[in-house]
Amino acid sequence: MAAAAPPVAAPRFVPNIGRRKLKGTAFYGLCILAVAILLLAILILLVDVFVLGVPWLNADFITGTPSRRPADAGILPALVGSIQLVAITCVVAFPIGLAAAISLEEYAKDTRLNRLLRANISNLSGVPSIIYGIFGLAIFVRTLSLGYTLISGALTLALLILPIVIITSMEAMRAVPGTQREAAYALGATRWQVVRGAVLPSAAAGILTGIILAVARAIGEAAPLILVGAVGFVTFLPSPLEGGYTVLPIQIFDWASRPQEDFQGLAAATIIVLLVLLVILDILAVVLRIRLSRHIQW
Amino acid sequence: MTTTAADLVARRPKSERVIEFGLSAAALVGVVTTIGIVVVLVYQTIGFFTQVSIVEFLTGTKWSASITPYAWGILPLVAGTFVVAGIAMVVGAPLGLLAAVFLAEYASDRTRNTVKPILEAIAGIPTIVLGFFAINWLTPVVLKPLIPGIGGFSALAAGIVVGILITPLITSLSDDAMRAVPRSLREGAYAMGATKWEVIRSVVFRAAISGIAASLILAVSRAAGETMAVYLAAGTNPQLTLDPRQSVETMTVFIAAVSLGDTPSTSIQFQSLFAVGATLFAITFGLNILSERIVRRFRTHY
Repeated sequence: MAAAAPPVAAPRFVPNIGRRKLKGTAFYGLCILAVAILLLAILILLVDVFVLGVPWLNADFITGTPSRRPADAGILPALVGSIQLVAITCVVAFPIGLAAAISLEEYAKDTRLNRLLRANISNLSGVPSIIYGIFGLAIFVRTLSLGYTLISGALTLALLILPIVIITSMEAMRAVPGTQREAAYALGATRWQVVRGAVLPSAAAGILTGIILAVARAIGEAAPLILVGAVGFVTFLPSPLEGGYTVLPIQIFDWASRPQEDFQGLAAATIIVLLVLLVILDILAVVLRIRLSRHIQW
Repeated sequence: MTTTAADLVARRPKSERVIEFGLSAAALVGVVTTIGIVVVLVYQTIGFFTQVSIVEFLTGTKWSASITPYAWGILPLVAGTFVVAGIAMVVGAPLGLLAAVFLAEYASDRTRNTVKPILEAIAGIPTIVLGFFAINWLTPVVLKPLIPGIGGFSALAAGIVVGILITPLITSLSDDAMRAVPRSLREGAYAMGATKWEVIRSVVFRAAISGIAASLILAVSRAAGETMAVYLAAGTNPQLTLDPRQSVETMTVFIAAVSLGDTPSTSIQFQSLFAVGATLFAITFGLNILSERIVRRFRTHY
């Protein structure tokens, strides 16, 4: 009989801990590097914009109108246009958005149809903004004959931000504990009374934050407005129902697409104004969130 | 007869039923918009196809909407879109994923609470600002000295700024996915003697892969749909090229450029805008649905 096969040496576990740890450190370094690159990119962007733009910022710039001579140019029509546009957008989008959110979150049963409605909202938030512009052009400008006016622009942006308003409002209402609703029902409240008296006040901070987020999105949006009539060179203040309006991002685009250095400076100065508006909105969101949620504890 | 809760609900005052009706009507706004978009795009695109053959549109390699002889092959626009989106992913995917790992696995709560809002602030920067950044800093200061033959407008510059722009999306969704991986899985792996890097690579990353993949696909869709940054950075030159140094035209930029020009609304150029829009919509919608499917299909339940 043949001798038993020599025992196969079991592969020995080599901890090799030094090398494995080194790999981990290298990966950690990469992660830090990625974050550093991002922060650096933003820093450079801001420095670039401020260096180019600050020399152009003065009172006349804010109160002036666009001009062929850069030294005389100002952004008042764009500033007023942006504010009007966003105001109308809000007035249209918020009631509808909030109502849709209440319906989908508080009333809708878990049926196929309602699941479809919800999935549809999240799909809409992924539709490129310029597609909303095409829709606005066909429906508001043409079919409803509103023309290339600020109101067409506002309605288009309202559709664009509706998914954001709906999704964030739904999330805010979902965060309200069921016990709050049940307590209200136990007191004899009807469904609407529960929503109005128990859910909405508790969810207000979240809803408002979402709304401000949506305003910020609307104020920086340019692409869809190109299709519904916003133009770069408007020297008068807009009136919602008449043609000819501009907004800050479109003004930036118009100046930034001219080769002369002076117009790049004007674009940078307009960017600073736009960024300041966005920072104000951000601060407002934080303050509101803190104030409105102060009394809520569960 | 006993009164059930359902009876009470049925007996709610009339005013409430009016409110409920209003609320349900509002809930339909999303579906109405979606159907509206599809109807508008399809209707106008059919009008376009009565004048241009659909085969030429889908397979033609030359796009010339402003200079005769007109050519309506959409491939240069599609290629431009995907070159820009591809470069954006090469930039955005590693940055976004590494930043997400940093936030989810390494950062202390304090660091996280400082870094995360800053990254989210990037998402809030209007995209036109990134386009401005591309032509005023990125191209003249970085790309021109480094890359010979690159023009003032290039797919590369556009891709890089779009990459920065989609990074927060990737970071935020991937961070959510990784944080949803239960602690017990990590601890199990540590108990087996794995190092932190091995836990991240073999446990966290794998468990979160569906969310991560979905975030990447959404990012591609977002990059393909970006307009203003690309308009300023890549220009309006529809050519079929994979050379990132060249100026290209994406689908979105074509749509914007036609609208900016004084194009009569009965012209074929104007109608082509809808056909290009329909193509863009189909591509991004497909990507969004795919991303959603992946999340649902491969979601691990713990």
